[in-house]
Amino acid sequence: MTAVLTPISSRRRATDRAARGVTLALTLLALVPLFLILYFLLKEGLGAFSMSFFTTDPTGRFLGNAGGIRSAIVGTVIIVGLATVIAVPLGIGVALYLVEYGKQSRFANAVRYFIDVMTGVPSVMFGLFIYIVLVVAQIDGTFAAWKGAIALSLLMLPVVARSSEVVLNLIPNALRESALALGAPRWRMIFRVVLPTALPGLVTGSMLAIARAAGETAPLLFTVAFVNGLSANVGQRMNSLPIQIFNDVSQAQDRLVQRAWGAALTLVLMILFVSLIARLVQRRSRLQP
Amino acid sequence: MSTPARGTLPRASGPRLADPILQGVLAAIAASVLLLIGFFFVKLILESEPAFEHTGVVDFVFSNNWVPSRGQYGALPLVFGTLLTSALALVIGVPVAVASALYITELAPRRVRGPLTLLVELLAAVPSVVYGLWGIFFLAPKLLGAEKWFSSTFHFIPFVGGSPAIPNYFVASLILAIMIIPIVSAISREVMSTVPRDHKEAALALGATRWEMIRIAVLPYSRAGISGAAMLGLGRAIGETIAVTIVIGNAAVIGDTVFSQGYTLAAVIANEFGEAASDPVHRASLIAAGLLLFILTLVVNLVARYSVTRAESAGARKVPVGMAG
Repeated sequence: MTAVLTPISSRRRATDRAARGVTLALTLLALVPLFLILYFLLKEGLGAFSMSFFTTDPTGRFLGNAGGIRSAIVGTVIIVGLATVIAVPLGIGVALYLVEYGKQSRFANAVRYFIDVMTGVPSVMFGLFIYIVLVVAQIDGTFAAWKGAIALSLLMLPVVARSSEVVLNLIPNALRESALALGAPRWRMIFRVVLPTALPGLVTGSMLAIARAAGETAPLLFTVAFVNGLSANVGQRMNSLPIQIFNDVSQAQDRLVQRAWGAALTLVLMILFVSLIARLVQRRSRLQP
Repeated sequence: MSTPARGTLPRASGPRLADPILQGVLAAIAASVLLLIGFFFVKLILESEPAFEHTGVVDFVFSNNWVPSRGQYGALPLVFGTLLTSALALVIGVPVAVASALYITELAPRRVRGPLTLLVELLAAVPSVVYGLWGIFFLAPKLLGAEKWFSSTFHFIPFVGGSPAIPNYFVASLILAIMIIPIVSAISREVMSTVPRDHKEAALALGATRWEMIRIAVLPYSRAGISGAAMLGLGRAIGETIAVTIVIGNAAVIGDTVFSQGYTLAAVIANEFGEAASDPVHRASLIAAGLLLFILTLVVNLVARYSVTRAESAGARKVPVGMAG
């Protein structure tokens, strides 16, 4: 008896090849904008870079020297830093509650649901919300850096909470049970066993949230507004990279657009740096999903 | 420390109250998330009240005249712009994203999977304002020639024809399509990776080619998840603000063609809130636009979450326990 496997017909073979070709082509097509953006960022952005670009503030003059982006860099670092200080402890706190105490209770599931809802809220809405609650209501003046930081932290909170919950769930229960069996109270088990084990994962999640918040323009537009000069007072208006870029784009003058490219390259490099650290920390973690 | 009585262990040192306190604090933090969202929603409704009083709820959503200088607030041009740009973005972005997910999970050589995934994810690292910058100074001018040719050749298609503006609905849709590719691709990849291996191997063993395997095993299994991913992308596209504000032209009218200037709900908020500061009705109307946007994204996201979770839990259930591989 001979095997009767019919060979694949040439039509099916051709369909297969064509379909594979199309998926490959579409995948490459998705990467075209990435390479174009990176190319323009490098070409135009590097052209704007100079020593004075990083050491001077925008002058705000209509003609002549436009100035650099020092105040924008400092402002972004301060605002995002403050937002991190607010969002990370709260986000990890929520995740700890969900994993260690709430588990599958109705309340915990409601919190999970609302965290999901928060993830989907457009960033402009957080800006608008803080604008209504803190800026229009004139709480401690009008526009201020700390208000922008709160708007960003609302954006970061669900990201931190979600990623932390995933990491905390990866910790083997045996680890928790052995701590408890050795007589440790729950709080000590959480602080001495759960958190240290989850640390790299928690750091990764927080860094990714930082990377996402750093590029956001809309929440800052309504809350921090814009100022040219360098400022470290979080109770006042402050400059930031996204707002600087947005302003320069809206003015459509060549020298300002040039500065916008330089600021954009700076911002993207900062975001990539934070994401890179996040990945490196993740690689060192022993908890792999 | 005294020696414990025989047969009992010493009680752990430290304050007895620490446990309930920690639990209370963590529960309070978790509860504050609920309160915050509740407050957020109530505040939006309260603050947009004057707008609905001034214009009326139905007129606000369905009348086609957004002229703040004359006190007219009909948000239809904004709703239209939001829906048109995000729908077009889906039509352009989802096939590309799903194809890239298929290629990366099923077809690509193992060595290039990691790098390809990384590159697609890099698209998500580019800030919205940088997409806007690139869109208005590179993409929009470069596309103008092609748009002119397209609208004169295919002027018989509805919403095509006339002379294209540099910033327009189509450019905004294209930018949005690029921006939603990473999330749609990532979730599609996740869903496709839950397709049981034996389904795929069964298809191949029956003599299917790779593409036939994808069509009979991978796609049917992950269809719900892929549509969920597309809905999540839609939610992103609807809410996207700064990139769209830069490339859509900000004209509060319903454009004649897809190459006309337009406006979206999110863009109007970003653009007009400064001038609205002195006019309570204008401000309330922007907040009402925000409320509309919020409800729109909420509905889209809830549908999306539902289908993604259902797809993934179905996947988890059907993977046979103890199968090799």
